[in-house]
Amino acid sequence: MIEANGIVQEVQGRTVLNGLNCRFDMGKIYGIIGPNGVGKSTFLQLLSGVERPKAGDVLLEGRSIYAYPRKQLARRMAVLQQSGLPPVGFSVREVVGMGRYPYQGWLGSDSDDSEAVIDEAIKAMGLTELRQRKMDQLSGGERQRVALAKLMAQQPSIILLDEPTTYLDIGFQVQLLDTVRAWQRERNLTVIAVLHDLNLASLYCDELIVLHRGAIAAAGAARDVLTAELIGRVYETTASIVAHPLTGAPQIMLQPSSYRDDGR
Amino acid sequence: MNDKGLTYGGAALLLLAVSIVVSLSIGSAGISVSDVWGIMIHQLPWFADGTASYTDGEIAIVTQVRLSRVLLAVLVGACLALAGTGFQGVLRNPLADPYTLGVASGCSVGAAFIILFGLQTAIGMWTIPLVAFATGAATLLIVFWLSRSNGAMQIETLILSGVILQAFLGAFVSFMVSMSQGVVNQILFWLMGSLALRSWDNLYILLPFLAFGLPILLLYGRPLNLFVLGERHAAHLGIRVERTKLVVLVASTLLTAAAVSVSGVIGFVGLVVPHVIRLMVGPDYRLIIPLSAIGGGIFVLWADTLARIALSPKEIPLGVVTALIGAPFFAYLLHRRKLKQGGAA
Repeated sequence: MIEANGIVQEVQGRTVLNGLNCRFDMGKIYGIIGPNGVGKSTFLQLLSGVERPKAGDVLLEGRSIYAYPRKQLARRMAVLQQSGLPPVGFSVREVVGMGRYPYQGWLGSDSDDSEAVIDEAIKAMGLTELRQRKMDQLSGGERQRVALAKLMAQQPSIILLDEPTTYLDIGFQVQLLDTVRAWQRERNLTVIAVLHDLNLASLYCDELIVLHRGAIAAAGAARDVLTAELIGRVYETTASIVAHPLTGAPQIMLQPSSYRDDGR
Repeated sequence: MNDKGLTYGGAALLLLAVSIVVSLSIGSAGISVSDVWGIMIHQLPWFADGTASYTDGEIAIVTQVRLSRVLLAVLVGACLALAGTGFQGVLRNPLADPYTLGVASGCSVGAAFIILFGLQTAIGMWTIPLVAFATGAATLLIVFWLSRSNGAMQIETLILSGVILQAFLGAFVSFMVSMSQGVVNQILFWLMGSLALRSWDNLYILLPFLAFGLPILLLYGRPLNLFVLGERHAAHLGIRVERTKLVVLVASTLLTAAAVSVSGVIGFVGLVVPHVIRLMVGPDYRLIIPLSAIGGGIFVLWADTLARIALSPKEIPLGVVTALIGAPFFAYLLHRRKLKQGGAA
């Protein structure tokens, strides 16, 4: 279980998170949503233990996440960043292998099964053909797949995704989230994802957490959280909520402000 | 990677050995190549059979003058190339090098100050390198401070700050030169960089720094590989980013200080060598670090050989030779960066 207690954080002198409390149970997919600049990514960075809040604490299994040795933390938690991996001169195989770093000793001695884990991750992400290719010869979508394979090689029990679909077209967005969910179901992972797209969040997340004005505006299952009232309050726009024709998940239909009800 | 490492490592060591042999045989004293090697072999205890027919003068030239200078060139080159590799890796800046960051000039200010006031042995034989380290580290902090905006460091801004500080500190050393009477030549030599008139003592000053810096950097090869992806990625993979930066920066600055203490400011070695190595073996720092040490040794050895024979009996300052090679190389890197702007160079 991950707990965030009384988190206060500033970004460039502006308070973005103001006394935030939140709890994540293991084995679920959480989606963090909210308008731009509300501190979603900031919150995720705090959960990852890389940045410290100005006040408050993040607990992993009851222990402050900032008290964990970094390698030990990296064996349990992995992060997929929005920007993806840069086009470097390393091969796909080498970059995926970097996911094994938390398991290596100072002199680089690997645990015995590392090679198998790397190969499996490469296969799972359909990168077998590209394994010897250099990162700077791949497309953005392919590099994001390498990033995910690296995450798999890290064998975490918790994964944090920071707007993973931002730079992908819709086909890749669905493919990426399908992969994450299949992997999550198989290993019973905990996934915490900052998502921009409310409809995708509704389709893939077990629970949604809505950030607004430095605190949590709503939390719970998508059908309870995504209401026209909440969208109006948090995003300051009018929307209609309809059920997805196949899954029944709430989907948001935006409408131009010039449209009036009486014109129906 | 191990096969690759052995192949390149073996080839580099072989090239270094050949370079040492050839360089030892070249000089203005007119001793033939076979005599040079006769003298060298007779220095080895199990060949000292007393049949030697060389004069004491010839022996002194080969063992005292040439051998110490050749080995010093190799060690200075190794230190500077390692420092450049460390700076480039941890700052993720392809243009970084002890010279372009101003660190070498910072070190030279401390060293020149010590010489100007005759304090060479104030705290033992390590006075000059330690003071040089302190002023070099202070320079690096100033450069970071100058180039930091909103917590991020732009690649070009960092180098601009380094070059500005280097110009300022160079002027400062020149000022000290003009203030002094007796020690002008000694300080002047820090400005131009040279290995002339050095002795075995300088080797002993350099060795411990290299023996400390090389293993530390080797140990950080893998973390530096992850740094290539970005500091955030490295942190999420379990690297203590701030500690890694501190250790690598301190080790690189120490290596720079040691090199500057014995040879003055020799520019661009730390820029050219790691890049050439990277072109040959790829981006893996576990290979780049040891090969840069060897490559730096070879590069400075040949630059120094050129410096002492090109206009013999007059010597060209070594720093002039490396700058004539290094500055165009720097321009080339800048040009290439411009071509692929937006990508990571």
